[in-house]
Amino acid sequence: MDYELNIVHLYPDLLNLYGDKGNIECLRKRLLWRGIGANLEKCTNENNYIDFKNTDIIFVGGGSDREQEIVCNRLLEKKTELTAFVENGGTLIAVCGGYQLLGKYYQTPDSKIEGLGILDIYTDSIKGDKRLIGNVVIENETAGKIVGFENHGGRTEIGSHSPLGRVISGFGNNGKSGYEGVVYKNLIGTYLHGPLLPKNPKLCDMILLRALKHKYPDFHLLSPLDDTLENTANEYIVKTFANQSDK
Amino acid sequence: MRLLLAIWAAKLASVIGRLVGKKSSSSPGVIALKICPDIIGRLRKNIKGEVIAICGTNGKTTTNNLLCTALSKCGYKVLCNKLGANMLGGIATTFAQACNIWGKFSADYACLEIDEASTVKVFDHIAPDYMIITNLFRDQLDRYGEIDITVNLLKTAMLKAKNIKLILNGDDPLTAQFGKDNPAFYFGISEQVLPQVDDTKEGQFCVFCGGEQKYNYYHYSQLGDYYCPHCGNKRPHIDFEATNVDLKNSLKFTVSGCRIDLNYKGFYNIYNVLAVYSAMSLLGTLPENFNSLLADYKPQIGRMEEIDLGKPVILNLAKNPAGFNQAIQTVLSDKRKKDVIVAINDKANDGHDVSWLWDVDFEKLRDENLNMLITTGIRLYDISLRFKYSDVKVSSICPSMREAIQSCLRTDAQVCYILVNYTALFPTETIMLDMKKELEGKK
Repeated sequence: MDYELNIVHLYPDLLNLYGDKGNIECLRKRLLWRGIGANLEKCTNENNYIDFKNTDIIFVGGGSDREQEIVCNRLLEKKTELTAFVENGGTLIAVCGGYQLLGKYYQTPDSKIEGLGILDIYTDSIKGDKRLIGNVVIENETAGKIVGFENHGGRTEIGSHSPLGRVISGFGNNGKSGYEGVVYKNLIGTYLHGPLLPKNPKLCDMILLRALKHKYPDFHLLSPLDDTLENTANEYIVKTFANQSDK
Repeated sequence: MRLLLAIWAAKLASVIGRLVGKKSSSSPGVIALKICPDIIGRLRKNIKGEVIAICGTNGKTTTNNLLCTALSKCGYKVLCNKLGANMLGGIATTFAQACNIWGKFSADYACLEIDEASTVKVFDHIAPDYMIITNLFRDQLDRYGEIDITVNLLKTAMLKAKNIKLILNGDDPLTAQFGKDNPAFYFGISEQVLPQVDDTKEGQFCVFCGGEQKYNYYHYSQLGDYYCPHCGNKRPHIDFEATNVDLKNSLKFTVSGCRIDLNYKGFYNIYNVLAVYSAMSLLGTLPENFNSLLADYKPQIGRMEEIDLGKPVILNLAKNPAGFNQAIQTVLSDKRKKDVIVAINDKANDGHDVSWLWDVDFEKLRDENLNMLITTGIRLYDISLRFKYSDVKVSSICPSMREAIQSCLRTDAQVCYILVNYTALFPTETIMLDMKKELEGKK
């Protein structure tokens, strides 16, 4: 095999609330189906190890508050390396709780949790605020319509960072700005689970292509796959929920 | 007078509901509560003995109905919300329905299945003497938020019932934790029965210190003989324990010297029977022939419910990863050549969020005895994608359940399993019963 990517799933034993295993499977399978190697490592609470030098894609998902706090403390120990990884163009996908951890802080009604500060963003969760729950459709220039499900109490302010997409239906970062997620270099943060990637093959391929180009400057094209089922699933959500909110 | 009015209004609403063909057993109670807000509390005196509340993510309807059946067979009169309307309105309906037109009824015990999120409200009206908790799993996330929220709701509810005694699944660390603050009895399965596989272990972190838990052996999800090496929390002493478990052909185990042998499917039913055994033992109503009380119990709709449509078609409800993994295990333990239909809906009662599908070990269905796999339901594309990414071949994506069943009947497989989540259950059963009638009409 000429090409291969090394994927690390961060703390799947702790953050496993919203089927995130589907994102990993999607990344892996879409490489393997194209004859590109895909190696998966898990950084767990037990081994607590990431081989940053030999890692191409890092994925971090969401969990309950209790488990998210454990992860946050674990990751703070790796703050320097993780920041360098992102700054050097490594691919990091962070969903829901993982997304919130990347910012300066996460203010809950009871306490302020220090974030990794990789991005100049922050999240507030004010007592009495409703959780933002429901199906979401957003629009991204490259990946088109991205669909997913959001369920978060925190409101995230992304400051001058670029969002992942414009909200067509749903709440997004804070229910007000009209934007969802964040993109910085090869980092993507988003509230969308469902999980995120299987129903958004274009987004998954966009991530894979960037990671491959970063590792192999001569790499330029992913061969097409039969995405009929993926696209049908995506279009069903767009049709059902995006049109509803237009009315 | 308000009480009587409320009861009459509820009875009238039920009659009208039945006339227009609605099965709702919750709205009559809602009306009654509007007229007489303390109707449930005022009717409590009609129950001579204890009130038993039954909670838990999976198995509460089965446990509630088993307990009611067993007590009734012992000659007791039992008030029970059998149909599974388990929020405040449904409980009020149950009480109002039981009354005669003078607003009175006579019962020895009450068995009430209560939705976990409704316990706080319901306990304001009636404080149970016993509370069974079968287990706590991840379920319908977008309705409840997170499992921690459910735990806190149950704790708040328990504070409202001063003399409550708990009957808890001691194999479940999430459930057993309630025994720290309340008098509690525990049931559990005290030996390794199933192969030790690594499926979704939610709550695998100690509920008290957050450290990682270990298991001497484990059953499924987070259930097993657990201990926390960090703070010393461990599986409690089990008062009612199942041993000598044998799952071949029927469900066999021994509890307190009593051999149980029941024609049920599914390992999880051991817990449901244990909960019933524990409750009857604590109530002092345990007869010597306990096993025969449950022998001819008919499972609720969609609990491995078998209907003969020329070949056996078995309908099973599975609403969450734990339930689905158990259902898949039961399907695989049937070695006959089989077709499988999976239906996934996303209505309010199912949970709008279907991401949990990816936490189910669907890859296990890839089995030599699997003949045809058909996907259906509102979210048929989501479930089909789930199978695609776990390398399980979907034979057909079929929006119509009726057509799906018909194509299974045409194959040479010996049995057909239909796994559905909540709102797909009743329509599917209706289709199956209609098809059975049509078959009989042809004969």
